[in-house]
Amino acid sequence: MDEAVAAVAAVEAVTRRARELLPADAVVTDRARLRTYECDGLAHYRVTPALVVLPRDAAQLAGVVRACAEHQVPYVARGAGTGLSGGALPHAEGVLVVTSQMRAITDMRPEDQRAVVEPGVINLDVTRAATPHGYYYAPDPSSQQICSIGGNVAENSGGAHCLKYGFTTNHVVGADFVTPQGETVALGGIAPDSPGYDLLGAVVGSEGTLGIVTSATVRLVRLPEEVRTVLVGFESTDHAGAATSAIIAAGIVPAAIEMMDALAIEAAEAAVHCNYPEGAGAVLVIELDGAAVEVEQEYAEVERLCHENGSFEQRLATDPVDRALIWKGRKSAFAAVGRISPDYIVQDGVIPRTALPEVLKAIADLSGDSGVRVANVFHAGDGNLHPLVLFDDSVDGAGEAAEKVSGAILDLCIEHGGSITGEHGVGMDKSKYMPRMYNDDDLDTMQLVRCAFDPDNISNPGKVFPTPRLCGEVPGRKKGAPPLQEAGLAEVF
Amino acid sequence: MTDQRADDAALGETGSIIDLGMPVPGGAFDEHHPPDAALIGDCVHCGFCLPTCPTYVLWGEEMDSPRGRIYLMKEGLEGEPMSDSMVSHWDACLGCMACVTACPSGVQYDTLIEQTRAQVERRHERSTKDKALRGLVFSLFPYPKRLRLLRGPLRAMQATGLDRALRRTGLLDKLSPQLAAMESLAPRLGKPEKLPTHIAARGERRAVVGLLTGCVQGAFFPGVNAATARVLQAEGCDVVVPRSQGCCGALSVHNGREPEAQDFARRLVDSFEGSGVEYVVVNAAGCGSTMKEYADLLADDPSYAERAKAFAERVRDVSEILDELGPVAPRHPLELSIAYHDACHLAHAQGVRAQPRRLLEAIPGLELKEIAEGELCCGSAGIYNVVNPEPARELGDRKAANIVATGAQVLVTANPGCLMQVTSAIARSDHPMGMAHTVEVLDASIRGVPASSLLPD
Ligand SMILES: Cc1cc2nc3c(=O)[nH]c(=O)nc-3n(C[C@H](O)[C@H](O)[C@H](O)COP(=O)(O)OP(=O)(O)OC[C@H]3O[C@@H](n4cnc5c(N)ncnc54)[C@H](O)[C@@H]3O)c2cc1C
Ligand code: SF4
Ligand code: SF4
Repeated sequence: MDEAVAAVAAVEAVTRRARELLPADAVVTDRARLRTYECDGLAHYRVTPALVVLPRDAAQLAGVVRACAEHQVPYVARGAGTGLSGGALPHAEGVLVVTSQMRAITDMRPEDQRAVVEPGVINLDVTRAATPHGYYYAPDPSSQQICSIGGNVAENSGGAHCLKYGFTTNHVVGADFVTPQGETVALGGIAPDSPGYDLLGAVVGSEGTLGIVTSATVRLVRLPEEVRTVLVGFESTDHAGAATSAIIAAGIVPAAIEMMDALAIEAAEAAVHCNYPEGAGAVLVIELDGAAVEVEQEYAEVERLCHENGSFEQRLATDPVDRALIWKGRKSAFAAVGRISPDYIVQDGVIPRTALPEVLKAIADLSGDSGVRVANVFHAGDGNLHPLVLFDDSVDGAGEAAEKVSGAILDLCIEHGGSITGEHGVGMDKSKYMPRMYNDDDLDTMQLVRCAFDPDNISNPGKVFPTPRLCGEVPGRKKGAPPLQEAGLAEVF
Repeated sequence: MTDQRADDAALGETGSIIDLGMPVPGGAFDEHHPPDAALIGDCVHCGFCLPTCPTYVLWGEEMDSPRGRIYLMKEGLEGEPMSDSMVSHWDACLGCMACVTACPSGVQYDTLIEQTRAQVERRHERSTKDKALRGLVFSLFPYPKRLRLLRGPLRAMQATGLDRALRRTGLLDKLSPQLAAMESLAPRLGKPEKLPTHIAARGERRAVVGLLTGCVQGAFFPGVNAATARVLQAEGCDVVVPRSQGCCGALSVHNGREPEAQDFARRLVDSFEGSGVEYVVVNAAGCGSTMKEYADLLADDPSYAERAKAFAERVRDVSEILDELGPVAPRHPLELSIAYHDACHLAHAQGVRAQPRRLLEAIPGLELKEIAEGELCCGSAGIYNVVNPEPARELGDRKAANIVATGAQVLVTANPGCLMQVTSAIARSDHPMGMAHTVEVLDASIRGVPASSLLPD
């Protein structure tokens, strides 16, 4: 009807503007090409965007967003498209703004422990550029070889080493940010803390719903004097969990403690031949870093605690190649599961570390009862679980069964005082679980923040929140009740 | 919560991925070996392959990444017609197989792109200009004799100094960057050496091997074949060089010319079959990787399927066989710093990385340097630099910069295409350095030839 016609006309207007602003090959309208942007790392949600733009710089990007604001066209930011919650799922009548060509490290200031990067810069490339100066970028999602800093900021991504060093939010000190009105603002700065409201804090983890980051100033961390990575084999996840608790209780904060269970080990082994201990029911990858003497001491302690908690093999990486192989096993685990199962769901939840044995047992029961296999990979140190729920989509009902187990795991997390996402975000996939964690007042409060940034609800609409909310009428722009309200799909604040 | 479904619909959620069976009629592919739906299904869309893909590194676009190309194949199976834009993204793939190495999920992109290219060749109408260019290349490259003819004019040009005059005009670059690349190989075009058909092992015989002389290798780098034969001989191999051998079909396979490739493969199997060799040794990475896959190429041919399989199992890269046998010939020192460039078809397609490094490092006095972004293709990729000169050149320059940055005196690699490509890129960068094949370095060490022989004059 008219609305659809109007939407098409609006996108056409934005397309015309984009063609004026951007090089020809940076404006994509060809259907086959558009479709390659249908999904992110969570490939079973697919929407073909109406338009894809690949701005080369912040000015071009802001220009496109301004056009979107003017014509009330929704837009979605996308970095590398590795998100696992459908956060970068496009809007069928909207624009996908891809930052993969904004990938310059604009300033490297090791002496200030800062780097300024464009949003499309790959996480690992920051470390690569800083290493010759003796620094690195600490947050290291398993996808670090490809995920973008912009995506990291939007998801507040974490990684194995966040146990000791904190999440993205602890490592981003400033950002240039394009508001949903198309204005460019600077948030935070070079200094460790900025006076006034922590707007940067609000933007980190906002999943692209408040606007688009066009530059990030990140903290660089000094490379440690000594790093020791040890791979420890246990009979069961119970033993490995007990060892983890013992290590933390002893006051040691390792750079990382990662756990994988037998099924996850099998997958990683098939993918990268990482040579993990044979017959292990669980392995821990423990990394200690810091001053050499300190690491030496801690290592002796860790060795003892693992032994006391039933480890049957401890393998210390003797050189960087060894260490890389141990990590490769862990970091390829998600995608490697593709080798042992045609389809799978990567779940992401958090529990208090102490609840680990209990929750793992409950997951095993869920799996046993339903016949759905679950492989477990997690950041054991901070209780961030990544159960991988395996299924075969060509079998009738298998997808639903897996979905059910996956949802039940989240319920377990909430029951044990945890959270429905540790680091992969809410996006499209988990918005339906938000009401299980928050009551209406909580959600309304969050929506008010969103409305302050994006009153027209055009920046990545439909994500994070279970029900889209409108932010009251903006005078003079629309006539009559907003269509979403009219259709009973949204409420006005 | 009640509005969840409507909400999803508004956002266009499609639920699970459409079940892929045989190609949907009207789509890009017909039923003769379309890209395998099950292999496409192995891709979990994680993106780990993106940073190793040369075209993604250059352009940062999804459709010019492995993940995007696989997605385009999936679209084709789902009924999207084969459009010019689709084909352009498959065409832009260098076939470097870096994505195969990078993929944790084990996606066989090599098989997928070969299947896709064969379909494109059969079903897609190319522009006249494109067709003419491809026709010219395929009437020239796979034929050693025709290539050797081309040497004549090139050498004459070099002798008269015409080449430099021509290079200054830049005309050659415009007409054919490939010719320009060949032309810039000036110092290497010495007198061709013809190998005897049988060369006896020195000392105790440890193996009987056949040697593939290749087309480009044979015509433009005859020194490499001679060096290969000498090194094999010194390491105790009887070397057989069948005269009847021709092209291995690699270029045809990589460009979707399936029937042509199968003909070449049959002929090569015939040439080596009765020769009594235990191994077929190859010194050109691109040829080796294709020959190791003859079993697949000839799987549908009942009279060749078994023989092709047996043949493929005997194929070895020269560095593999030398590493397997272990050294017996004493090495003389070579005081040289060397940057070793992994040819894609050796490292990614055959998984041969450690062997050439071990062989080189075992030479006393030799220092081995690693090249930054080592997994990234140099842009040579068979005939890629002829049909896609611009990205090839960009990748070549990028590779050259990384090589020069190592400070090494000699660049060593194991593929004629890479040698040509990198040579011309380094020539552009104005940092003269020596260029050699792995076996030429080994040969120099075994024969006690001075290091200076590998350096530019
Ligand atoms: C195999 C695998 C392993 C993973 N491991 C981890 C892990 O260990 N830890 C972890 O935290 N995550 C992990 N992830 C998830 C994912 O890699 C991270 O969420 C990552 O930060 C996403 O980055 P991206 O560039 O791919 O973003 P995208 O997927 O493109 O986008 C993610 C979200 O960010 C928004 N966005 C993107 N760029 C911008 C911008 N410039 N400004 C504002 N919003 C923006 C998008 O709209 C979207 O909502 C993994 C993913 C995979 C596939
Ligand atoms: S790495 Fe493998 S699974 Fe991941 S996107 Fe690339 S091809 Fe697909
Ligand atoms: S073969 Fe090379 S160029 Fe082609 S998609 Fe894979 S990585 Fe990219």
